[in-house]
Amino acid sequence: MAVMRYREALNAALREEMARDESVLLMGEDIGVFNGAFKVTAGLLEEFGERRVRDTPISENTIVGMGVGAAMTGLRPVVELMTINFSLLAMDQIVNHAASIRYMFGGQVKVPLVVRMPQGAGHQLGPTHSHSWEALFLHVPGLLVAVPTTAADAKGLLKSAIRDDNPVVFIEHEYLYGQRGEVPDDEDFTVRFGIAAIRREGSDVTIVGISRMALTAARAAKTLSEEHDIEAEVIDPRTLRPLDLDTILASVRKTNRCVIVEEGWPHGGVGANLAALIQEQAFDDLDAPVQRVTGADVPMPYSKALEQLAFPHEPQIVDSVLATFRDRTAHS
Amino acid sequence: MTERVAPSSEQAQLPEPAVAIEWLNTMMLIRRFEERAGEMYAKAKVGGFLHLAIGEEATIVGSTRALRDRDYLISTYRSHGHTLARGSDPSRVMAELFGRVDGLCKGRGGSMHMFDLERRFMGGYGIVGGNLPLAAGFALASDYLGTDDATLCQFGDGASNQGTFGETMNLAALWSLPVVFMITNNQFGMGTSLERHSAVTDLLRKGEGFGVPGMRCDGMDVVETYNVTTEALRIAREERRPVLVEAVTYRFRGHSMADPEEYRTKEQVDQWRERDPLAVFGDQLVEAGLLDADERARMDAQTIERIDAAVAFADASPHPSPNALYDDIYVLGDQVRGWYSVDERTPTPHRGEDERGMDRADLPRSAEHGHAGTHSPNAGELKPADDAQQDED
Repeated sequence: MAVMRYREALNAALREEMARDESVLLMGEDIGVFNGAFKVTAGLLEEFGERRVRDTPISENTIVGMGVGAAMTGLRPVVELMTINFSLLAMDQIVNHAASIRYMFGGQVKVPLVVRMPQGAGHQLGPTHSHSWEALFLHVPGLLVAVPTTAADAKGLLKSAIRDDNPVVFIEHEYLYGQRGEVPDDEDFTVRFGIAAIRREGSDVTIVGISRMALTAARAAKTLSEEHDIEAEVIDPRTLRPLDLDTILASVRKTNRCVIVEEGWPHGGVGANLAALIQEQAFDDLDAPVQRVTGADVPMPYSKALEQLAFPHEPQIVDSVLATFRDRTAHS
Repeated sequence: MTERVAPSSEQAQLPEPAVAIEWLNTMMLIRRFEERAGEMYAKAKVGGFLHLAIGEEATIVGSTRALRDRDYLISTYRSHGHTLARGSDPSRVMAELFGRVDGLCKGRGGSMHMFDLERRFMGGYGIVGGNLPLAAGFALASDYLGTDDATLCQFGDGASNQGTFGETMNLAALWSLPVVFMITNNQFGMGTSLERHSAVTDLLRKGEGFGVPGMRCDGMDVVETYNVTTEALRIAREERRPVLVEAVTYRFRGHSMADPEEYRTKEQVDQWRERDPLAVFGDQLVEAGLLDADERARMDAQTIERIDAAVAFADASPHPSPNALYDDIYVLGDQVRGWYSVDERTPTPHRGEDERGMDRADLPRSAEHGHAGTHSPNAGELKPADDAQQDED
């Protein structure tokens, strides 16, 4: 095991996969000479050269589309988008092409493309650089969606994403880039898609945390244990497509309560979807309605005071968990 | 920077007789196929939208015949002609229009989304301008792998106004990609005429500012189209730089079958019909003594027989099974578990993976991470993804 930052783990995944497989190439804005806006690709140009590490013009839709085309011929392009907000410029290629091509052409071709992008609030970047939109991509059949939280998952999931034959939207987090974690040294270490991680075991309530919110949820769980004698089970799904619903349902059947925490908007969000799945599959096991803690239903404001209100923090999660324990009839 | 090749006033020299006859034959095939497709649409055998390429046969055949077998061709939602010219079986193209299992894409794509990987026909696409980046991606792959395969990207005059046009021209020139962009200028972006949709109507000039030189050909003249495209592909392949070709043509039918054609006059259509590429080229071959009237009529009759057979084939082909609805959304490999799609969600309770016969014993549930072991799907595969088999287990 080595301790490294999340961004270093991503860098190691890219380096190892490029060394392992000649068909892997990187494209993106400022990923080469500049070493990446968030330094995820640092040193790779030097190591692999301009043929395999390609600085692109600012043309998101076209660089993703070129990635799709190259992937259709058998290459394994990894395209970096500087933030998830910019992915909207590439939405046509991601949804109409990457996700649809295999299906609409009757399975004749694969699209082994990875599109990486960071999301997340907290850096006062305002409404065009700070959103959390895993729900937009979760919505699309044909895509795989990864939301790694730890350094180990960042590395292991990215390696799996590159080796996978499906188009993968790989959602990183700006806050997490600097976070450290233990990562196995083994170059064959990968993390499979579709297996949730149970970050903390508990028997009283299930908290599902998406992306960075898995960490926030874990902190809330500690507070719940110390101050409220509530033992929360914290689940990090790690990938949203495929989704390890089995693990989430097993936990809910044990705890009978569930709170879902995400940084994105509430309407049509990951939590909305997951709450629907849980009530469809485990209604009789629930002792309280499934709660959601989400980002505020606003474009992300610049002001630090407002921005901090616009994405979930530990106290909101604690409050939501406590709400699932209230005697609901007393309030009616 | 603009290069003009083969002025239209002079008739270009005909190719070898066998080649010329094959071209005429393919143009006939496209014409008769499209006419019949229109009839089948009227009979409700074909659903959705149907965009016919009648009038554009010389552009299609002249440009695609300039390709080598290993070159990539990519098209638009008006794609039947391109896939036929590339050699796809007309029966399977018709079956695709009928939405049947024997269609090129198993009935998933329909008229706008033909695809034939074996012939490197990389598809018809329904998003105007959406196919340009893909074409640059194929060319990038050729460049990356050091092959001399070129890419021919077809799109219409309307697509030259999309953002992807400028973005792709720039990237293709910047990265010296072996790709030819062909604007099939049929004078209309749907119902909006060229002068009403593009500030620059000399479309061959629209790539110049991005570093892509332009050429123009008479898209009603199959020989000239062939010659210009051949030169453009040579430049792309040998000089490693993109070229833009404007093929000036006209579609005789509406944009789609649902087009009342209120944006143009009958006189204009008639004027262009006098230059009907199929009639003109056929006459040319007769005049040159490569063909007599009887042979020409026999070719046409044989083509119609092929189309009859294609319709019969399509009609006999089964509709896709309901069980096929969720096929081919994902390539299912051993490393990916869980719910891919909501197809597994039924009104009855969710079946866990254990119940679906998947062994979870090896899947760490509470661990920080899992080991995926030795899986390495297609590592090092540098050939086209020609694996058309079902990967699903």
